[in-house]
Amino acid sequence: MVPLQSAVEAAPLDSGITAWMLVSASLVLLMTPGVALFYGGMVRTKSVLNMMMMSFGAMGVVGIVYVLWGWSMSYSSESVGGVFGNPFTNFGLAGAITDSVGEYILSDGLPVVVDVGFQVTFAIITVALISGAIADRARFGTWLVFTGLWVTFAYFPMAHMVWGGGLLSGDGPFASIAEPIDFAGGTVVHINAGMAALVLALVVGRRKGFGKEVMRPHNLPLVMLGAALLWFGWFGFNAGSAYAADGVAGLAWVNTTTATCAAILGWLLVERIRDGHATSLGAASGIVAGLVAITPAAGALSPVGAIALGLVAGGLSALAVGLKYKLGYDDSLDVVGVHLVAGLWGTVAIGFLATDTGLLYGGGGAQLVVQVLIALVAVAVSGVVTLVLAMLLKVTMGWRVTEDVEVAGIDQAVHAESGYDYGSSASGAFSPGSRRSTTQEVPA
Amino acid sequence: MRLVTAVIKPHKLDDVKIALESFGVQGLTVSEASGFGRQRGHTEVYRGAEYTVDMVPKLRVEVLVDDVDASDVVEVLVKAAQTGRIGDGKVWTIPVEDVVRVRTGEHGPDAL
Repeated sequence: MVPLQSAVEAAPLDSGITAWMLVSASLVLLMTPGVALFYGGMVRTKSVLNMMMMSFGAMGVVGIVYVLWGWSMSYSSESVGGVFGNPFTNFGLAGAITDSVGEYILSDGLPVVVDVGFQVTFAIITVALISGAIADRARFGTWLVFTGLWVTFAYFPMAHMVWGGGLLSGDGPFASIAEPIDFAGGTVVHINAGMAALVLALVVGRRKGFGKEVMRPHNLPLVMLGAALLWFGWFGFNAGSAYAADGVAGLAWVNTTTATCAAILGWLLVERIRDGHATSLGAASGIVAGLVAITPAAGALSPVGAIALGLVAGGLSALAVGLKYKLGYDDSLDVVGVHLVAGLWGTVAIGFLATDTGLLYGGGGAQLVVQVLIALVAVAVSGVVTLVLAMLLKVTMGWRVTEDVEVAGIDQAVHAESGYDYGSSASGAFSPGSRRSTTQEVPA
Repeated sequence: MRLVTAVIKPHKLDDVKIALESFGVQGLTVSEASGFGRQRGHTEVYRGAEYTVDMVPKLRVEVLVDDVDASDVVEVLVKAAQTGRIGDGKVWTIPVEDVVRVRTGEHGPDAL
């Protein structure tokens, strides 16, 4: 990512880069509605709207938080111990996007304000990813508060440490071994979100009937549509993280695709051998596992290396999603099995597969050591921060809707809506304007 | 009068409808149903977790007929709905005390 304050007198505006980064930002923003569809199709009919609203709600909160103090905590020049930026230095983007005479500040040819737009979309998608772990049962208000707190205390510090010149960047202590590589967010986004999902699933607790009742996806075409939108948006995520419209962006694009193609096959292969069927949910999940794994590595691998990375990612995640039944945590939509596992794999695999410094390319073990270290730091930061926030919210606001509401369906109780109208047989009275909803308490 | 009720495989509806129409039946009612008989359910796999789905989707076809036609209608229906494989469904009849056509107020066999 781009160091901020070096800018003003440096390279002039590059319209090619600027245009590509505006497109990339727009692509990445589309990923969050994509996640909403991906997750929404996987839950049962009675909770599809709540599932999607967790993503849309995250968009509302994080977009505002980011502009107010998120950018400053991630990229302001005043670093607090290399862990996070001072939130007040550029609060509300003050002094961050225009200089004293009102000219847009540039960084390597790109207006910083465009980078702000690009970065907002990353923060939003990261917190939205977590929501799949606590499907069907979380209070909406608690979730919204969590999104704001979590990006503040887990995401912005990680972004600062890895991309903002902090402890895990090329300026940090690990760089003396080898420069850590996280191209587009294996640590900041996927290990971070995946670990938070694990902690949250444990703190919030299992759904009623978990492991006993049938909880099958209600709409797999929706899941596949979501996976397709994620793949499309991910081109902005990975190729956009080149911060240029050049060969590295092209390499990231091709690696993103080949790794994902291989991950589909990896997941389906495991399913065919283990379960006897190659499933559509497996293909959609393989897509996401491949995209996650290639994220930190997109600029560092050859396209053939990306195939190997993706194949393993798909197979590994397909095996990992079964762990929750063995260990008894209800990570409802497998955020851990997909994002944490594939995120860890992608981050560590760079140590083997990086064409410059990887072990298999004769680069020795230094890169591998550093990659393992940054992965562990990400696990630790996310685990501790999420645990503290989740417990705090548990004792203050409370995480769970009542059991009656959970059984009857969270959509009607929390949002006063139904996802689908199955026919014309519903009858009742209509009242224009607001009557304070009477559906707050739904009988079991 | 009798009410003929049939629970059939969904893809046999067109065959049943055509057969009943050519017999002379004037109308029928179809609703979606689910349940199980000897066919039981089936197994589905999602991310490696197996779910046994007990209820199988079926269609329920209901036809009101004159007493004299009842056994013929049942026969026509069974023939049209049959595939010979498990899960073809069931047909039964019950007596109906009265029928009224809502539009005209006619009662009994005239309302059929």
